[in-house]
Amino acid sequence: MTESKAAFPGNLRYTKEHEWVKVEGAVGTVGITDYAQSELGDVVFVDLPEKGRALVAGEELGTIESVKAVSEIYAPLSGEVLEINESLRNHPEKVNGDPYGEGWLLRVRITQPSEAEKLLSPEGYRSHVEEGGH
Amino acid sequence: MQQEAPGLRKTPLNEVIRQAGAKLVDFAGWEMPVQFRSVIEEHLAVRSRAGLFDVSHMGEIRVEGRGALELLQKLTPNDVGKLVPGQAHYTALLTPQATFVDDILVYRRDEQRFLLCVNASNAQKDFSYIRENAGAVRVEDASSEYAQLALQGPRAAAILGRVADQKVEAIPGYHFIEGSVRGAPALLSRTGYTGEDGFEIYLAPQHAAEIWLALLRAGEEDGLIPCGLGARDTLRLEARMPLYGNDIDETVTPLEAGLGFMVHLEKGDFLGSAILRRQKEQGVEKKLMGFELTDRGIPRHGYPLRAAGREVGCVTSGTYSPSLKKSIGLGYLPVASARIGERIEVVIRGSAVSGQIVKTPFYKRPS
Repeated sequence: MTESKAAFPGNLRYTKEHEWVKVEGAVGTVGITDYAQSELGDVVFVDLPEKGRALVAGEELGTIESVKAVSEIYAPLSGEVLEINESLRNHPEKVNGDPYGEGWLLRVRITQPSEAEKLLSPEGYRSHVEEGGH
Repeated sequence: MQQEAPGLRKTPLNEVIRQAGAKLVDFAGWEMPVQFRSVIEEHLAVRSRAGLFDVSHMGEIRVEGRGALELLQKLTPNDVGKLVPGQAHYTALLTPQATFVDDILVYRRDEQRFLLCVNASNAQKDFSYIRENAGAVRVEDASSEYAQLALQGPRAAAILGRVADQKVEAIPGYHFIEGSVRGAPALLSRTGYTGEDGFEIYLAPQHAAEIWLALLRAGEEDGLIPCGLGARDTLRLEARMPLYGNDIDETVTPLEAGLGFMVHLEKGDFLGSAILRRQKEQGVEKKLMGFELTDRGIPRHGYPLRAAGREVGCVTSGTYSPSLKKSIGLGYLPVASARIGERIEVVIRGSAVSGQIVKTPFYKRPS
C-alpha cells in the first residue's frame, strides 16, 4: 500500500475503473481521474460516443489512447449522452492537465439516479487506488 | 504510484532515477524508467535540445584475441574488416537461416579487440551463441562491468564537451574514443537510438550516478532533461530503427527488414550468406514497410494489417509520433503490396482504420 499523490475532489463519485462523475440534479458530468491520467501518460486521442446514445452503467462507452497505452472508458451511470467535450478532439492533453475540469469527457441525462449510491466516495476511491487500483 | 516489483534487476542509476520521480516498469527483467514527466515532452526535448537516458540494461560482450575478427566476420553480415580501431557499426548476429539472433553494435578497439553492445533481452542468448561458435577465441560477458548513459539531441556534443576530459565535438558518427568524463574512464561513442546526434557513454557502474548528475547539471542551460524508455521508443520508431522482438526476430532476415545496408555479401561467406545472396538475386517475399494513418487511432504491436481488403500481416511497432503529430507504424507486407503510396488499413479493436504506406524514416534530422 502506497500513499497516492493524486487528487480526489470531495464533490465527486468514483468508479473502480477510474472514472469520476459529478451529479447535478438529473445531469452527470463524467471524466477520468487524476490517478488514471497519470497512469496513462500523455493522452493523444479520446474516442467518445455520439450525442443521444443511451448508456447502461458499466458498459464501455469509448476509449482513451495515450502514447503508451489504450484504456477503455466505462459508463459510471445509466443515461443518455447530452453532450461530449468537443474540445478534446484538438486538445486531448486537457485530460492530463485538468482531469476534473477542462478535461471532462461527457455529460449524461441520468435515468437511474439510485445507481449513484453504488459509486465510490472520495475516501473509498482513494483506498482503492492505494491498494493498487485494480 | 510506484508498485514494488521484487526480483527485477536494477541499474546503478536506480536510486537517482527513483528520486527524480520516474515511473518505473519491468523491461526485459530490469526495473527501468518509462518516463520522468511526459513521454511527449521528453521526446521533443531530444529533438530540439537534449535528453539523457539510462540504458545500463544493455548487454556488453568482449570478443578478443586471435581469431576474434574471423569469428565476428562469420557471425555477422556487416564487414568487420572495414572497421578501423575507434570505429563502430550496426550489424546483426545471424542464425544459419540468416535471421536475427539479435541486432548489435560492434566496436573495434584495436586489431583483435572488439566490444559488442547487445539488447538486454538477448544478452544471455547472444553470449551463449557466440561462445558456441567461438572455438579458441576469448568471449566474455562484460555486462556487469558497464553502466551506459545515452546523451541524445542537437545539444549533446556541447553538453558532453563540458564534462568530458577529451574533445568530443570532432568524434565522427559511428566512431568512439576511450577517454574519461570528470576523471572516470569511459568509452564515448557517437551513436544512438533516437535519430538525433548524440553519444552513448559506457562507464564503470560505480561512476554512473555521479556522471549522470554531472551531465544533467552541465546541460541545464541547454534544456537537457532525463528521459525514459517511452520516449526512446517513439524516437527510434520515427527514425525507423527496429526494435528486437517487435520488428525483427528469428523469423526475418536483414533484407526483409529493410536493413540491406548491413549486409556485405562481397566480404565472403558468413552464417546465412547463401540465403541472403538468394534473396538479393530473387527478391524477398515480404518487406518491413512504414505507414501512417490518415484516420484517427493508434496502431499498436500485433494489430492486423490489411491491404486491398485482405489481412496480410500485422503491425510490428506503432505509436503516435510526437514530431509529426500523427500515427505511424511498421509492419511486414507481401512485396506486391509493399509500395509507397499504397493504401492499407489497420484493424483497431474491430474497426478498420485507413492509412497509407510512406517513405521511411518518418523523421530525419535536419542536416
